[in-house]
Amino acid sequence: MTAWEFTAVVWGLSFLAGFLGALTGLGGGVVVVPALTLALGVNIKYAIGASLVSVIATSSGAAAAYVREGFSNIRIGMFLEIATTIGAILGAILAGHIGTHALAIIFGLVLIQAAYHSFKGTPEGDRPIESDSLGRRLRMGSSYPVDGKPQEYGVRNVPAGFGLMFGAGTLSGLLGIGSGAVKVIAMDRIMRIPFKVSTTTSNFMIGVTAAASAGIYLSRGFIDPRVAMPVMLGVLAGALLGAKILVHARVRTLRAVFAFVVLALAIEMIVNGISGKV
Amino acid sequence: MNDRRLETIIGRLLQIGVLIAATTVLAGGILYLIQIPSGHVNYRSFAPGNTALNSLPGIVLSASHFESLGLIQLGLLLLIATPVARVAMAVAGFALERDRLYTVVSLIVLLVLAFSLIHAG
Repeated sequence: MTAWEFTAVVWGLSFLAGFLGALTGLGGGVVVVPALTLALGVNIKYAIGASLVSVIATSSGAAAAYVREGFSNIRIGMFLEIATTIGAILGAILAGHIGTHALAIIFGLVLIQAAYHSFKGTPEGDRPIESDSLGRRLRMGSSYPVDGKPQEYGVRNVPAGFGLMFGAGTLSGLLGIGSGAVKVIAMDRIMRIPFKVSTTTSNFMIGVTAAASAGIYLSRGFIDPRVAMPVMLGVLAGALLGAKILVHARVRTLRAVFAFVVLALAIEMIVNGISGKV
Repeated sequence: MNDRRLETIIGRLLQIGVLIAATTVLAGGILYLIQIPSGHVNYRSFAPGNTALNSLPGIVLSASHFESLGLIQLGLLLLIATPVARVAMAVAGFALERDRLYTVVSLIVLLVLAFSLIHAG
């Protein structure tokens, strides 16, 4: 493949990944890495480096839009970022010591979890209005707009959420993904924060988490400009378009199809990792 | 200054940062594509050979000579800097609100990021 062809194909794949990632809320990284390694034979370490950079681009690029809607909670996000950034450093250091085959297998397993999470959907359920004592002391409770009116919410189980966030950070640093799905589980399921607040706060956190491992990726040579350039530009353009039409899209069917694609990619990553082809 | 206003300002600044970073990467990318010889590319094996592009001084030097790959890396560095700037602005914002707890919390995050970036460079 010539450099022109490679750049064009990678840009196109990344655009599609960013577009679908924004529409389904799974993020572009989970598709970009398998697409680069399986379809184009790019080494997984270059793919992970390029994906991490694109994760920062979509997180920072979408921040203004999310803030305008008044859902994200900067206090919760900032407090939990202590856990995700330290985890991300650990993950990035681990990524330098783990072989490519093992990385591919771990990536596949995380993809299966993401696909499962996407299939299952998210029940809204009852939400506590009162925070527990630690949530109160950290002043994490707030309100968010529901049908135009502010709805109060409380925050619970901060230590357990903090612990899972450390794991989310480690995965992000290890695999170059945003690991938004794990972040949302920590906030939505464990800390009982409303789903809308969880997803938008997670988006805000993803960029900061990724920045913590980016320096280590750079010094280890994971970020190759010839690979990262089309990935970053493609994912960013796709994600911006996806966020624009998200309001009008019928997301449920799309989510199911996307989850199926992710599952197929997961199996192929694991099989290729075990047989040593990736 | 309340949380909402603070976040809106931060969100806008982040978008501008991403725009500048993407433009720099695009400029480097165009330069790269018009300069390269018509050889074949292959990224199958991991060989971090060109170590000049793996550190801040090397990238700045390369970009200052308008080398394509250096420009791309500079754009990516600017991109990596956007969330770091976001945390720094949150530190300042919470300090302005006289919120001591969250000034300290965001300062810790900023220190972790600084440790990672300095340690790596």
